[in-house]
Amino acid sequence: MALDSLKSEGFKQVGTRPDRPDGFDKVTGRAKFGADATAPGMLHAAIVRSPHAHARITRIDTSKAEALTGVKGVVTRADFATGLKGENWNILENVMAGDTALYDGHAVAAVAATSPLIARDAAKLIEVEYEILPHVTDVDEAMAEGAPVIREGAADKSVPPGLHPNVVRYHESGHGDVDKGFAEADLVIEDHFRTEATHQGYIEPHACLATLGGDGKGELWCCTQGHWNVQKICSALLGLETSQLRVTASEIGGGFGGKTTVFIEPVALALSRKTNKPVKLVMSRSEVFRATGPTSSTSMDVKIGMKKDGTITAAQGVFRLQGGAFPGAPCEFTAMCAFAPYALKNVHQVGYDVIANRPKQAAYRAPGSPMAAFAVESVIDELCGQLGLDPIETRLKNASKRGTKASFGPTFDQIGLVETLEAAKAHPHYSAPLKPGQGRGISCGFWFNHGGETAVSLALSEDGTAQLAVGTPDIGGSRASMALMAAEELGIPYENIRVTIADTATLGYNEVSHGSRVTYASGLATIEAARDAVKKLCARAAAKWGIPEDAVKWENGCAVPSGPNAGDFDPLPIDQITKRMGATGGPIVGHFEATPEGAGVSFATHIVDAEVDPETGKTSVVRYTVVQDAGKAIHPTYVEGQFQGGAAQGIGWALNEEYIYGEDGRLQNAVFLDYRIPVASDLPMIDTVIVEVPNPGHPYGVRGVGETSICPPLAAIANAVSAAAGVRLHELPMSPPRILTALEKQRDG
Amino acid sequence: MSKMHITTTVNGDDVEFLCDPRETLLDVLRDRLGLTGAKEGCGTGDCGACSVTLDGRLVCSCLVLGAEAEGKRIGTIEGMAKGEDLHPLQKKFIEHAALQCGICTPGILVATEALLKKNPDPSETEVRYWLAGNLCRCTGYDKIIRAVLETAADMREAS
Ligand code: FES
Ligand code: FES
Repeated sequence: MALDSLKSEGFKQVGTRPDRPDGFDKVTGRAKFGADATAPGMLHAAIVRSPHAHARITRIDTSKAEALTGVKGVVTRADFATGLKGENWNILENVMAGDTALYDGHAVAAVAATSPLIARDAAKLIEVEYEILPHVTDVDEAMAEGAPVIREGAADKSVPPGLHPNVVRYHESGHGDVDKGFAEADLVIEDHFRTEATHQGYIEPHACLATLGGDGKGELWCCTQGHWNVQKICSALLGLETSQLRVTASEIGGGFGGKTTVFIEPVALALSRKTNKPVKLVMSRSEVFRATGPTSSTSMDVKIGMKKDGTITAAQGVFRLQGGAFPGAPCEFTAMCAFAPYALKNVHQVGYDVIANRPKQAAYRAPGSPMAAFAVESVIDELCGQLGLDPIETRLKNASKRGTKASFGPTFDQIGLVETLEAAKAHPHYSAPLKPGQGRGISCGFWFNHGGETAVSLALSEDGTAQLAVGTPDIGGSRASMALMAAEELGIPYENIRVTIADTATLGYNEVSHGSRVTYASGLATIEAARDAVKKLCARAAAKWGIPEDAVKWENGCAVPSGPNAGDFDPLPIDQITKRMGATGGPIVGHFEATPEGAGVSFATHIVDAEVDPETGKTSVVRYTVVQDAGKAIHPTYVEGQFQGGAAQGIGWALNEEYIYGEDGRLQNAVFLDYRIPVASDLPMIDTVIVEVPNPGHPYGVRGVGETSICPPLAAIANAVSAAAGVRLHELPMSPPRILTALEKQRDG
Repeated sequence: MSKMHITTTVNGDDVEFLCDPRETLLDVLRDRLGLTGAKEGCGTGDCGACSVTLDGRLVCSCLVLGAEAEGKRIGTIEGMAKGEDLHPLQKKFIEHAALQCGICTPGILVATEALLKKNPDPSETEVRYWLAGNLCRCTGYDKIIRAVLETAADMREAS
């Protein structure tokens, strides 16, 4: 599975930009997303949600709802499995509240009826009585003495004694002696930073269609980043045997980490079991905001020491992450990513996972890393500014390389940070003149990337074409990359490959599409499955020719005799072999099942020019360039798309997006009008540079590209704002009121 | 509640349906007529995923009642291609990878077709402002804007 040096040269198809296989479906409205499925006799469901941030549920009366014509069934917590432990218990508690509603939007009951309107009317008739409890939504307040305790005993063993019970996990790592390092510095800067929670903001709300009978056999259709995960969790929450629930992933209208989760699927299954009918459940947009995964909000302290020549002597960070009412805020990722771009002798990082009365956080593109980069890269920018150093040269001087002991422990193999910095330095953007009132910002970013359990199967058809079944939902064009890799190995045209996202009954377990793992892991599995099929094709040719199997090689879609037999027989094309599959040994199918672990880490450097309007405090991004290491770009257009999408989401996070809670602990902006994601008129074109430093852990050198692109924008824009307006913002988003306040403060001296 | 009987045309075909007076045009298209190409991203007129045309005018179908379609002409994404021939915008969107997940795509295509009918030679800024009501979370809009500008140029040349 290691980098195949022969293959990394001379690709015929990989690196080209063909049309995606599912393009026609997606531009004609034919593609079926989560909410597009129906079933005969289907019911529609609606969920009743807590309007309180923290409240004991004292009574639920469903009688009026049940009396409404058209209502077929109501479920509450009593309709789910009992005795669950660990994360399964957390998920169930989040899916349907037990004794206590833990955040505004927490589900407390659900109803199924013959139409969506009746279901909605019935939900209003379900009476819930609450005893309101004190709440807390801010991360620092939740950790402070006297804060309301969300849940006793939620902390694990990692938490040192003496901390508030809302601190549920703790991480600490690093090496060297930071005190010694700070003493060696010519300048030490320490600052406090905060970021608000943001939402992944996928345009498709969660949706599913569930069928479950009293026989314990079920079918579930849903939009998800990982249907095997849905299968596993739903089975546990409903007390089913895993294999009896078949889950099919719909086309998915965006996820970004937010659909690695389970929210409504168990509810629809419970309603289906109760009513013995298919049940469709679709979230409204405000339900998506109130009850599905935003990111963590953070409070961070970062301290960095630098010599006059730009050498970083020590770095230290404390990262507090609020992750909603359940453990899981990725504090260890924030801490581990924070200083990863730099080769540091002395580094120390601490992370706190803190619970509060907010929805359970979910992964969002490189979870935890963008916030860390915001704090760290802002401090580096300040240091460069005060010491009169060039921001790219300074980063180059300290950059992690192959052989560097990473801030989080391991030693880096071949990585591409230096290459992204060099490419950024050489890019015309970096030296372009700025207009008055504009400022330029730079930032680096890092993400680990991931492999994970993967199973792929590739079946050949009698006409020599191929059907590839993968288990990772296609969020952004991955079918195209898979087809390119399969075509490359088989030596047949790209168009001859049909890629399907298989359901849970068809393949072995596939981990969710996350961690930028799809093109890496499913790609590697596709290559290996194709090689397995090629081996079988060669064996058939060998048998026909009566020569040893290892005397046959595969070239341009044909079996060719090699070695001493070279030239003895005419090349045998794939369709000549598949045509006679049945008579020569049966169907030819290539397989691959494994947990690949060589996902190469990925780095990026972003350059941004921003303009700040001193009257309104509004920041405009006027030019943006993403430079990122992709290892090997299989379909460069979709790689660029990932770079651009991550940058745009980062721009939203930096400038506008935030969860706003009222004094009452209720979310104030649960609609797109008030939670404003970037629209077309907010953004410039986003330039991209694909750097290719091969990942030694993939046959073609692929690194995941989906996540790293959201890490640099927050800091790059903060640095550009600082250069443009002379004010340094320590809190995100840098919304107009915050910038105005900062400008006023500066004016008042 | 008693239902209303509505007579209308969808993509040129005569269509009749019954609907509750509270149902939106989007509900009717998706749930009663089985035309699921228009998507519901918000239900509040903020995302544009539900874009259709009503007597040629671009609207958010989540903000129109089904009953309002009486006697009108509705155009949806399902009517954009002519038989097996894709509209030039549809072709260009595929070619440029102007979609990643594709959930915003039907709305953006319907909105853009309406723009090019009104203004066959829009500037980049005009395209960006016209599409400001169509949210795309995946692409950062870059490839969408390029696809629209290029299609407009191709169509001008062809006409
Ligand atoms: S669903 Fe109509 S605008 Fe969003
Ligand atoms: S392509 Fe996913 S929202 Fe536009």
